Amino acid sequence: MCASKSNARPHSPTCHESDWHLFDASWVPIHPTRLNSLRGIRTITKHTHAGFLIMAMASRLMWASRAASYLKISTCPRAFSTVIKDLKYADTHEWVKVDGSSATIGITDHAQDHLGDVVYVELPEVGSSVNQGKNFGAVESVKATSDVISPVSGEVVEVNTELNGSPGLVNASPYEDGWILKVKLSNNGEVNSLMDSEQYSKFCEEEDAKH
Amino acid sequence: MALPQAIKAGLPCMNLLRMTAVPILEQLYLEERLLRSSAENWCIINHGTSLPTIVMGISGRPSELVELKPVLRDQIPVIRRFSGGGTVIIDNGTLFVSLICNKNAIPGLQPYPHPIMSWTGQLYGQVLCEFGDFHLRENDYAFNSHKFGGNAQSIIKDRWIHHTSFLWDYDARNMEYLKLPSRAPKYRSARSHVEFLCRMKDYVPSRTSFIEGTIKSLGGHFSIRPFDLDELGSLSSSLSGSTKLLTRQELEEACTSQCVAVR
Repeated sequence: MCASKSNARPHSPTCHESDWHLFDASWVPIHPTRLNSLRGIRTITKHTHAGFLIMAMASRLMWASRAASYLKISTCPRAFSTVIKDLKYADTHEWVKVDGSSATIGITDHAQDHLGDVVYVELPEVGSSVNQGKNFGAVESVKATSDVISPVSGEVVEVNTELNGSPGLVNASPYEDGWILKVKLSNNGEVNSLMDSEQYSKFCEEEDAKH
Repeated sequence: MALPQAIKAGLPCMNLLRMTAVPILEQLYLEERLLRSSAENWCIINHGTSLPTIVMGISGRPSELVELKPVLRDQIPVIRRFSGGGTVIIDNGTLFVSLICNKNAIPGLQPYPHPIMSWTGQLYGQVLCEFGDFHLRENDYAFNSHKFGGNAQSIIKDRWIHHTSFLWDYDARNMEYLKLPSRAPKYRSARSHVEFLCRMKDYVPSRTSFIEGTIKSLGGHFSIRPFDLDELGSLSSSLSGSTKLLTRQELEEACTSQCVAVR
């Protein structure tokens, strides 16, 4: 791969499902940030006022460590799946972001990486109920449907309708644009039974090590 | 041929259910029930289906996948199944083999699409490599670059199903009911249905030899127990599944949208 510089400022976030890695040359933290894990390749895509620098794969561990520190993320270098601190995780590989009595739910980077390209997301109905440990929808990845299990119980108040036209958001941005639903929690205490980011990272490593 | 009756030490049990000409809709209803309501491992084999039927994956849209005018004219049933994957047209020349397993049934196998697909490729490779140049090509079973087996999966919390429609034989005229899919494996290389597919019967001596070989191959991983369809009565039949036979009205509406899109 070669390095190139451009002063062009992108108009919108990009997510590259390729071997190209885009970084700010001076490591100036910029937004929006999107994390994408593709079979061991970690890609961080950022907007920058200063332009882009394309980094070779050989240095991914170095930048991964620095980026992770800034972005408050944990890394699983062995599995190359990403987790986000401050989220809670289920052993069925869904994440939940609690905000008072509401929560946002999606599937983790580990899950999307193992599923492959998502081509369809079956969303629940707004107003329906979800229960902890029970399936509420499914994602289709090429040949397989995989149940999505709710990590918490509550009432569905919003679903991510962007996924109808762009199911690949689940792959490209599992923790941000690829969120699946939002619920009004019926039992905040259920969150205590979920894993934090460190516990989930370890869980993923142990699960992958078994196979 | 005598099946291994004794339980093999250390191997999980797999119930073997053999059927002939059971309609595919009934088979899919049964499979979805077994996947969600049973805690046991299953192998379901069905020789053919009574009527030519189109079966789409869970997200299939008939306006994109099916030539609706001839389908409506000839009253070809169209089903949307509970698993993922593409669209097939099946008939009495199709052979179905479905594997329903607990996620820990096969040591070291992760319950994700690709590992399961690879494992089945090895399973069938043991059976078919002597008959032809067998490959798991992307997600299809093929001799050389000609597909004869289409796969689909559904993975739930602690179990998964991998089901396959094998083209033992097929009527090429039925392929006219299907559009060329927009989402196709790369190795298809834009070939027509007839150029892309092959018939198993041109490679394998008999259905029996394939089926018995498959059962023997499964016997390396499971203790196989023959199961009778009549014994299934205790399973819940009230489970509301995802598999659906599309109504004529739905197909007509899709046809209307297809015609509008063409204009």
